[in-house]
Amino acid sequence: MTPFTKLTAIAAPLIRDNIDTDAIIPSREMKSTGKTGLAEGLFSAWRYLTPGGRDPNPEFILNQPAFAEAQMILGGTNFGCGSSREHAVWALAEYGIRAVIAPGFAPIFAGNCTRNGIVPVVLPAEAVAEIAADGGPVTVDLEQQRVSLGDGRHWSFDIGAEARAMLLEGLDAIDLTFKRRAEITAFQAADRKARPWIYLGELPA
Amino acid sequence: MTGRRSRRKWRHRLSDPQTLFGKIWDRHVVAGLGGGAELIAIDRIFLHERTGAAALNSLKAAGRPVADPSRVFCVMDHIVDTRPGRGDQTLMPGGQAFITETRAAAIEAGITLFDVTDPDQGIVHVVSPELGIVLPGCTLIAPDSHTCTQGAFGALAWGIGSSEAEHAMATGTLRLTRPKTMRVTFTGILAPGVTPKDMILTLIARHGAGGGKGYAIEFTGEAVTALDMEGRMTLCNMATEFAAMTGMIAPDAKTFDWIAGRRYAPKGTMLDRAIAEWRTLATDEGATFDAEITIDASAIEPMVSWGTSPEHSAGISGQVPADPPERPVAYMGVEPGQKLAGIPIDAAFIGSCTNGRLSDLRRAAALLKGHHVADGVKALVVPGSMAVRRAAEAEGLDKVFVEAGFEWRMSGCSMCFYAGGESFPAGSRVVSSTNRNFEGRQGPGIRTHIASPETVVASAIAGCIADPREIAA
Ligand code: SF4
Repeated sequence: MTPFTKLTAIAAPLIRDNIDTDAIIPSREMKSTGKTGLAEGLFSAWRYLTPGGRDPNPEFILNQPAFAEAQMILGGTNFGCGSSREHAVWALAEYGIRAVIAPGFAPIFAGNCTRNGIVPVVLPAEAVAEIAADGGPVTVDLEQQRVSLGDGRHWSFDIGAEARAMLLEGLDAIDLTFKRRAEITAFQAADRKARPWIYLGELPA
Repeated sequence: MTGRRSRRKWRHRLSDPQTLFGKIWDRHVVAGLGGGAELIAIDRIFLHERTGAAALNSLKAAGRPVADPSRVFCVMDHIVDTRPGRGDQTLMPGGQAFITETRAAAIEAGITLFDVTDPDQGIVHVVSPELGIVLPGCTLIAPDSHTCTQGAFGALAWGIGSSEAEHAMATGTLRLTRPKTMRVTFTGILAPGVTPKDMILTLIARHGAGGGKGYAIEFTGEAVTALDMEGRMTLCNMATEFAAMTGMIAPDAKTFDWIAGRRYAPKGTMLDRAIAEWRTLATDEGATFDAEITIDASAIEPMVSWGTSPEHSAGISGQVPADPPERPVAYMGVEPGQKLAGIPIDAAFIGSCTNGRLSDLRRAAALLKGHHVADGVKALVVPGSMAVRRAAEAEGLDKVFVEAGFEWRMSGCSMCFYAGGESFPAGSRVVSSTNRNFEGRQGPGIRTHIASPETVVASAIAGCIADPREIAA
């Protein structure tokens, strides 16, 4: 995973509440069983003129020249709600989005973001609106947990310590957990005695 | 922050009253990770063909075996064809590869697979309870947001992404931060014709689609206890539409009766021992929640959505709000202030993990008997599992549906969501017993009104959104 420390980039305002993962990547755009080839399908129902087509809809924010290089998205409340599909985050990441700034995220989506190098930044709706109105480059500083604009206006944000550490260092969660193998084995040995009905097979040696 | 400090904050002394959620969570803590995170043991994992191959293949590519394949299950439900005589061919372009690749990966990983033609095939959240895979007090995850359905058994069950599924398969654990707790109490008893679907839509309409964010919810109160297990599953199913991590209900005699005798459930003295432990899975008196909501269930009426989020819902006697947000009404083609009852429909759908169980089909068929679907309305029923389908056929429900003009399908997610395959004709207005009314959820331009199976039947008969309480038997 690509670490995220600090990034200054254009942020595309897509400030609607409840932008769901079907909107971020419609199911019909998940064409292979892999995790790639998804960027083209990002926001396809809004980004293209016809369902399944590829003619850009000039109205859509990411199709406007000023936002062609956007690496951040400004969103509304409950961003990423709906289906748990991680494809929504893979599509955003593949397209080049590194941060989403919104007043709130659906929990599964936020978790998927932090596992794929995208920072889910929670700021009040007024702050998101102010950033959108500014229109200039936005800096997300994960180390300082701070969002700032060119003229010095800034906001701090909260992010869980675990999510922050994983993003900052680009850590692989599975590798981290493997360091706890002894604790996991001990837990399972005791638990198997206490709740044998949970264990359906022999543990592999 | 150190692990010790976070533990001190959370660990309850034995004498402290605890919530149902707290008891299950604490029982599964393998280690504190510092910074507020904990390593939580995962008892059961479900995969499905839409994302199963991606997770299993990615694990394999990283050289990480599934730690305990006996506790990992996979179903073919999301994109399988539901027309009789089906095989791996599916209407979704390229869909077959998802089925064949997931099958190959599941077999290679040694996990249990309920394949397309398996008699136990069905929607993940229908199949798991049918086979006794979900149990009270267990942690169960699936890369599917409606995994919270299974919280109805007093389990901690929730949806995750693919990376977390990989993590859980490789390590038997997840790294999590403890959510807050919320208690939603439904007092009183539901009026006739009102269902658990109407309870959950009422909660979301009143408190918003983000109202449960950050919470694990316990549903309680007289109206909840009175529900059968299938009704409880409907209620918990849409906790994710409330943005909650999960919904759960304390297990009771109904829960234990359901579980006894199911394939993967404990048997004999082991069952007795398990039930003795499960009886302790209730919120202690005096335990506190981070948030509380109380709703008078007796005042709830059948609900139907008018917009593109489940929070855009109102009672069947109600209207589209006078001053609604623009986008949803434009997409849905409804007018501010328009009465909901009487809006003409093109299609009716009964099915999904919300309302595709035997009791749903029974109630729908009972209303439908002696009536016919209105001219021009396409109507179909898709049982939640092949077991539900067989049970319904044994009772003759299929005949009631077919005689009334409904199509009778094989089991699967079907038109609950659009994957590029089967859909309704473009622009159709559908009354649907599913859980999501998002833009395009059932197909490009499709306008979805979510409601109970009863309301779907009443609307199919009337050809417009209609109140199920007004159907003459
Ligand atoms: S029935 Fe619908 S909501 Fe349920 S698992 Fe299938 S696609 Fe998801």
